[in-house]
Amino acid sequence: MTNALITKGKTINVALAGNPNAGKSTIFNALTGGRAHVGNWPGVTVEKKEGRFKYKEYEFLVTDLPGTYSLTAYSIDERIARDYVTKEKLDVVVSVTDSTNLERNLYLLVSFLELGVNSVLDLNMADILEQRKVRVNTKKMEELLGTPVVMTSATKKAGLNELKEMIIRSKDRKIQPLRIDYGKEIEEAIKKVKESLSSINSPYPVRFLSIKLLEGDIEIIKEVRGLGYERSVEVAMHEGSRLEIGFGYDLETEIIERRYGFIESIIRQCVRRVPTIEEKLTVSDKIDGIVTNKWLGIPIFAFLLWTTFQLTFTVGGIFADFIDTFFGWLAESSAIWFASIGVPGWLSSLVGDGIISGVGAVFVFLPTILILFAFLSFLEDVGYMSRAAFVMDKAMHAIGLPGKSFIPMILGFGCNVPAIMSARTISSEKDRLLTILINPFISCSARLPVYVMFTGIFFKSNQGVVLFTLYMLGIAVAVLSAKLFKSTIPKLKGPVSPLVMELPPYRIPTLKGVSIHTWERGREFLKKAGTIIFAGVILIWLLATFPMSSEYASETTLIGLIGKFFAPLFRPAGFPFWQAAVALLFGIIAKEIVVGTFGTLFGGEGALSASLLKYFTPLSAYSFMVMSLLYIPCIAAIGVIYRETNSWKWTTFITAYSLVIGWVMATVVYQVGSLLI
Amino acid sequence: MPLIFGKSGEEFEVTTIQGGKGFLKKLMEMGIYSGIRVRIILNPGNGPIIIALSDTRIALGKGMAAKIIVRKLS
Repeated sequence: MTNALITKGKTINVALAGNPNAGKSTIFNALTGGRAHVGNWPGVTVEKKEGRFKYKEYEFLVTDLPGTYSLTAYSIDERIARDYVTKEKLDVVVSVTDSTNLERNLYLLVSFLELGVNSVLDLNMADILEQRKVRVNTKKMEELLGTPVVMTSATKKAGLNELKEMIIRSKDRKIQPLRIDYGKEIEEAIKKVKESLSSINSPYPVRFLSIKLLEGDIEIIKEVRGLGYERSVEVAMHEGSRLEIGFGYDLETEIIERRYGFIESIIRQCVRRVPTIEEKLTVSDKIDGIVTNKWLGIPIFAFLLWTTFQLTFTVGGIFADFIDTFFGWLAESSAIWFASIGVPGWLSSLVGDGIISGVGAVFVFLPTILILFAFLSFLEDVGYMSRAAFVMDKAMHAIGLPGKSFIPMILGFGCNVPAIMSARTISSEKDRLLTILINPFISCSARLPVYVMFTGIFFKSNQGVVLFTLYMLGIAVAVLSAKLFKSTIPKLKGPVSPLVMELPPYRIPTLKGVSIHTWERGREFLKKAGTIIFAGVILIWLLATFPMSSEYASETTLIGLIGKFFAPLFRPAGFPFWQAAVALLFGIIAKEIVVGTFGTLFGGEGALSASLLKYFTPLSAYSFMVMSLLYIPCIAAIGVIYRETNSWKWTTFITAYSLVIGWVMATVVYQVGSLLI
Repeated sequence: MPLIFGKSGEEFEVTTIQGGKGFLKKLMEMGIYSGIRVRIILNPGNGPIIIALSDTRIALGKGMAAKIIVRKLS
């Protein structure tokens, strides 16, 4: 008890807040030694991240918040940041600002200060200021803002100890909310609203509440109404229209402009800019001139994607062969070894046929997946992803989505789960819902093993091309479904929200950054292979073994019966045998299990290709891949769709829709193909 | 004139922003408000544009850029 009290006093609760791309995650990593992924497109941190570190006798609990521009929340990630700063009991909020664009970055800090949040201003990217010979008088700035100021350069790890010291020193500071002079007329209005709010029991300062009411802040209006101060809302509205008529003010914009006026005066007093010659186009701009070019933009994007898949294949294949050989050897030697020590046949079969064959069949694809992740991480860290959204904006508008929802689509190539979560940065609720609904059609890396297995056997000479067509088909189905939903479902109708998005400067990604990012994603795959796929494989083995009187994995086992029940369904699609039905059924647990199931049912990697050649033709192999591509990715994806939409209706809808569309497309491919061949 | 008619490389001062309140507020909070200087980095025509706000680059949809009224700086 006493112990807890002592440590409590020594724990400092810190949040990092700031504009997107201001370097919060970099500061977070530099402070905590953490390895939070620092991405290079706005909205990398869609959830808050926590880390701890010790400095002197203090334990710091640091929270890295999603980027936000103000206390007005437009999207879910911004709301997470806003609520955390306003509602949690924080000791200090570090306002991380990009020193190269102070006006806008200070706007958020000023909002915090008006709210009376205990803040430390961190002028990050100080090295760039130095390069440009820009001087900041931090002493003066501290005086004018009434809040401590530190300069850091997180990428160069400079100023971090000063920041820690400053957090310790300011943690118990008595805070007076910042008072900006909004001019005579507005101040009068503030005074009137303030009077009407007298003795309100709210955690926010009364002046802050009054200003927010005048600004027409919806959340604050709700809050004040909830406390029974309906009249104050009316007073504010009345004052607003009075000023609008009397002085031609648009109160909301006027208030924001006064705030900027205050910030500009501070910058004038504290920042000395050495006049520079006419700003030149930066390297970033020159690259943008090419990659976002009207004609070149989309071809470049397609080329990058195509190259990624080609290289993934060629390089991944080399490593895959090694792993394949290894598991083949392992299964064989385990059988011999088990026999030599007299282990019962069923156990030997569980290990050999079940675990080693099943998990091994999935493991073979680890290198391919790691390489794909490495490429995606590279494109992301370079800063290309937001350009892809820019390039695709026009095309996306045509299908009824904003360009921004292209980022979740690209991330979907890695895994649909984080991709669906990344839709949180989309501010319009209907655009976000539509983006989530079409994401499962984007071919995630778990489906890659299925393609690799089949193309390796049936399309040896043109694997890359076949793979490319599958990915394109996924995109096409996503696009057409979006169009279909948009025009038929009332809740999704309406104009597309316009594009406003920050483009981060291009960066040369570090090997460390890309490897960490790749490893983080690869680890998820390994974890899955070790747990859910492992369990799935054992389940399949059990079903394939019982009843014991039947031969292993034969038609008369439980699994055979289940498969035979569903198999006729797939006759029109060209694979009406029970093994395929079983594989697809278990693929719902995780798509990799499709491969693991074939591995188990056909007795391991070695026998696999011979068996598949017996059952499939190239055409039915392709239609099977189409089915695997389009039907619901996995349980995890279903779960995250439910969590993000908070609706069983939408979750059930998209699950059913994807099953139907998968079957229809596979059938179309097989039937049309049969006519042509 | 509306920003959308500006050419790549030209510099402007924002005079007014038209449009709904939510839209206006969002733009202002992102640092685009009357009196601020912006430069068009890229305007491919018939699509979104990229503008510079000191060191920051912002992509703006065509519709948005049409609502930002600017004055050209020589």
